[in-house]
This record gives sequence, C-alpha cells and structure tokens, in this order.
Amino acid sequence: MHKLLARLRLLGRAGLEGFEALGRSVIMLSRAIFGRSVFGSRYQLLLAQLYSVGVLSLVIITVSGLFIGMVLSLQGYNILVTYGSEQAVGQMVALTLVRELGPVVTALLFAGRAGSALTAEIGLMKATEQLSSMEMIGVDPLKRIVAPRFWAGFISMPILALIFSAVGIMGGAMVGVNWLGIYEGSYWGVMQNSVSFTDDVLNGIIKSVVFGFVVTWIAVFQGYDAIPTSEGISRATTRTVVYSSLAVLGLDFVLTAVMFGGL
Amino acid sequence: MRMRTMEISVGAFIVAGILALVMVALRVSGLTVTTSSDSYQVVAHFSNVGGLGVRAKVSMSGVAVGKVVSIDFDQETYDARVVMEIEGRYDNIPYDSTASILTSGLLGEQYLGISVGGDDEYLADGDVFEDTQSALVLEELIGKFILNAVNTD
Amino acid sequence: MELCEDPYIEMQGLSFSRGERVIFDKVDIAIPRGKVTGIMGPSGTGKTTLLKLIGAQLRPDRGCVLVDGENTTTMKRSKLFSVRKKMGMLFQSGALFTDLSVYENIAFPLRVHTDLSEALIRDMVLMKLHAVGLRGARDLMPSELSGGMARRVALARAIVLDPEMIMYDEPFVGQDPMAMGVLVQLIRMLNDALKLTSVIVSHDVRETASISDYIYVVGDTHVLGFGTPQQMLNSEDPRIRQFMQGLPDGPVPFQYPAKDYREDLLGSGDA
Repeated sequence: MHKLLARLRLLGRAGLEGFEALGRSVIMLSRAIFGRSVFGSRYQLLLAQLYSVGVLSLVIITVSGLFIGMVLSLQGYNILVTYGSEQAVGQMVALTLVRELGPVVTALLFAGRAGSALTAEIGLMKATEQLSSMEMIGVDPLKRIVAPRFWAGFISMPILALIFSAVGIMGGAMVGVNWLGIYEGSYWGVMQNSVSFTDDVLNGIIKSVVFGFVVTWIAVFQGYDAIPTSEGISRATTRTVVYSSLAVLGLDFVLTAVMFGGL
Repeated sequence: MRMRTMEISVGAFIVAGILALVMVALRVSGLTVTTSSDSYQVVAHFSNVGGLGVRAKVSMSGVAVGKVVSIDFDQETYDARVVMEIEGRYDNIPYDSTASILTSGLLGEQYLGISVGGDDEYLADGDVFEDTQSALVLEELIGKFILNAVNTD
Repeated sequence: MELCEDPYIEMQGLSFSRGERVIFDKVDIAIPRGKVTGIMGPSGTGKTTLLKLIGAQLRPDRGCVLVDGENTTTMKRSKLFSVRKKMGMLFQSGALFTDLSVYENIAFPLRVHTDLSEALIRDMVLMKLHAVGLRGARDLMPSELSGGMARRVALARAIVLDPEMIMYDEPFVGQDPMAMGVLVQLIRMLNDALKLTSVIVSHDVRETASISDYIYVVGDTHVLGFGTPQQMLNSEDPRIRQFMQGLPDGPVPFQYPAKDYREDLLGSGDA
C-alpha cells in the first residue's frame, strides 16, 4: 500500500513538472515573439538564422526526398503492376509525398538536423553565461537569441517540405518513367487528375507549418531551459529530438483525421 | 562579404521553395491558372450518380472541358442534380447533347462525359441537359444479366 | 557602520532558496557608493547568486533589493532592462558573444542603447580597448583569446556604457599571476578614475583584500562579518579567521557531513 502511494506520488509529481514546463515554454514563446522587438538589426539576425537553419538543411532534405520518391515509385510499381494499373504510380507517389511523407519526414529530419543544433547552441550560450550577460547589458535574450531562431525554423519548414515533395515526385518520375517504362503522359496525367491543390497540396503545407511551429518551439525551449552543464545540454538535445519526433507523429495523426476525414 | 553570400543563398533558398510550390501546383495537382473567371454552369439530372464526386472532370471526346462543382438530391424531381462548370471557350455544345457518367478503366474514377448532339442551338449558363445516362451500377448490371439468362431459358 | 550612510545597493531581509536548499536567510547587505567592496566566502555559499540577485536576474523569496534607491524586486521586466544599463557585470567566464568579434562585442551595448554614429562608436570602442590594453586585438574572435584577454575584453564591454556600478564574478579564478596583477590594477584604476561602485565576488583572499575598501564575509546562509580588509584579517570570529587565513580545519569542518567514521568503516555493511 505504501509503495503504491509512493508510485502514485511520483506520477503526480512528473505530471505537475510536465505542466510546469509546458507553462514555462508558453511564457517563453509569448515573450519572445510578442511585444516590442529588438533594435534595428532584426533583419540581419533573421537572415543569419534562415541561413543556418534553412539553407544548411537543404542537402539532407533534397537527398532524402529524392531517394524516398524513388523508393515509393519502385515499390508502388511492383504492387500496382500486378493489377495492371501501373499508370497510377504517379498518383500514389504524389499523394503520399504531398499529404504525408513530405511534411512528416521533413519535420523529423529537421528536428534531427536543425532542432538539435538550435538546442545545443542556445544551451551552450546559457552555459557560457552569454544569455545572462546579454540580460545584464539590457538586451532581452528571448528577443535577440530565441525569436530570430524561432521565426527562421517556422519559415524554413514549409519551404523545405515543398522542396522535399517536389524532388521526391521528380525522383519517382525518374524511376517510374525512365527506368520502369511507365508512359510519361499517364504518370503525370493520372497524378494531375487525382491530386487537388486545395485539398492535398494546401493541407500538406498547413501540416508543415504546424510542424515547423512545434519543432522549433520545442528546440528553442529545450535550449533555453537546459541545465547549463555539459550533461544538461546533451540531455536537452536528446529531448529535442525525441519530443519533436513524437509531437510530429502524434500531430500528424490528428491533422490527418481532421483534414482528410474521419473526424 | 560573408553577409553577401548569406543573403544570396537565403534568396536562392526562398526561390527554390517558390519553384517547388509552383511545380507541385501546376505539374502535380494540375492547377490551371484560368479558373472560373471565364466559365459557365450547366445542370444535368441523373437517376443515379454512382461514385461520381465533386471535382470530377467533365470531358468531351476524352478532353477535359470542365469539372463537377456540386452534386445534390433534388427533392422535386427525386433524382440527383449535378452542376458542372464548363470552360468559357467551349461555348458551342449543342443543346441536345447527352451527359453520361462513365468510368475510366476498370477500377478508375468516374467522370462525366458529354456526347455531342446535332442541334443548332448551344447550351448556355444555367441550361439543363435533356438527355442523360446514369452511372452503371455493377449490382444492377449483374442482376439484369441473371434476369436475361433466366428469361432466355 | 557610519560608512554606509549612502549605500548604492541595499539588501534588506533577503531570503533565497533553491528547491529545498536555503542559500540566504534574512541577509542584510549594504554596498557603499564609490568604493570597492569585496564579497568573500567559501565556494558554494551562493556568492554568484548574490550578484544575480543584485542584477535582478533572480528574484528573492523574501526581502528586497534597492539599487540606487529603486526597488528591483517588484520591477517590471521592461523597467529592469533600463535599470541594468547602470550596472556592468563581468562574468566568471567572460561571457563574450562567440559569434561576434572583439570589436563588435564591445560595440554591442552601444548599438543597443544609443544612436551614436559609427565613427563615434569606433572611437569609444577603441578607447575602452586601449584602457584594457587590447586595442590591437580588436579584430580577433573570442575563441582566439586567452582566458585573461577574454576577461579584459569583457571588462571593456562592461564599462563601455559608463555604468555607475560594476560587479565582478570571480575575476581572479584561473588567471596566471601576471594576468591577475593586470586585473587587480585595472579594477582599482577603473574604480578610482570613473568613480564607480565596485563589487567583487571572490574567494581569493590576498588579491581581494589588496584592492577592496570593505569586505563582507558570507557563509552558511548568513553574513559572518563586515569591515575593512585589515579588520577582517585580524577578526576574532573563528569562522572568519578560518576562511581569511586558509586554515584547513576549524568551525567549517574539513569533512563533508557524514556519519561517524568508525561506524561507517566497521558498520553494519548495508552500504
């Protein structure tokens, strides 16, 4: 009985701590993005972050997109050819990428590539007292450090997801049309007939916007909230990747249910 | 100098994003820039629309000329009322043309096909197809087939 | 303590704890204006926390902090940032912004708080760099500096806005004797030349005693003593004596609290 109560108490404490962290992260984000912003060089700060968060993620996004598109095409062909409807490969590749894999895989890769880097960078700034000293100089680090990083991630994610989908579909065409010999007209034609801009493409973009918000939020919060020791930073970095991945997959289910029926 | 390369690459990044959006919009989803600004609506009544859905294409001789914009049940005539939007440049569809619900391939999607008639007057905005052909429902087809087989015996 | 009639900083009944651990319990400290005040005590007694409480980066559980007569404990976040302009702080690690050059690091507070022309900023930065003897290092990145140089650059940054007070967090830790000598001289010189109020948090007795006008000794959640360095060095209080003279054992035991040694070694073996 005593042990059970102790367990229950542990659970309660974990729950309370979770809620507390959630509250802190909401306060942090609202302080960072609302209200008076930092002085002049805002554009340059955002630019530098767009470069390190967005441009530097391009390679991994394009390469992964290309391979995923090629694999989808290959797998789809092998299944669909048994029903004699291999011309539907284009439709399958495009719908899978635009609705699901584009936003989701981009968000997962982004969490690993850019999210962890953001956490580590902010955590290290905290550990080396750069955030404190900025505060003492009279500059709010939330505005100067956190805000540009958050916006950069938020802006970059949909762009990266679109590039991922576009490259994937072209990779699928490369395998399907040039290698497996599907008639090019039907690869694109069937795709165009079944993919709707408003229902599929726009919903995919909405997904990636939501993921961009959540993943970057988690990343900057974990960095800002990290315990300023080397162990604390390494834990925070791990948490960023784990929490973002779980959040992306969970939210993906919810968003899919809302957008494509079910709810 | 470092600033300049950064600006250029971020610019290129955003351009790449826009290009990807354009490619996905035009090449993948077949979004046409000329939308409803120049088009007219025609109505057709069917006793059964089968699996026809909104946004299904409307085709003439296999060429897409428009799309279905709404399908609902008409409570006066007790049948399905399908409204389609036809591009403005196809303004010479004869008045006695037939609208039929067809299936592309064995398992493909259903679409609306227009077989051209011979009237001198053309369909205009708000007109109704006089002659329609409903969707083939597999169960009915099989039922008829069995009935025929029984009758010929 | 007639010397504290016009304190720059006053802490009244200050209590602060981290989780279960009490760090300060109803502490009263007054920092006299225009003097160098040392705050000394063994490691882990919350000296850095004290500085953060003065800078209002941490809020006390009870009590208040008055900076130049203004209560910072109840101040709004935006107002705080303007009060902090009057304070400079030299962090233990220097805390230079690693993505900016030495020049830009020092120019940073100017760019944030003033609308000075680029030429004027340049002159001011070079003057401050000259004061710390690093005018030639303006184009280096923080990663290229030695520890002592980084601290001097940070000092230049801390004084670039001509603050009324400057706080030093362990300025002498990890410095070679020469760098330490330079720093000691700089701190004293800056204080006298700029009429600053200086607060030095340190556990280096000799260096701190040599430049401080007054010394607080803190430990065990309380202020143990206050006075001139000479008074502190000659103090009769056994706890102050142990710390100031570096005796290994005394009222502050050498052993971390543990159960009886004999019992621990020969005990029931449950460990």
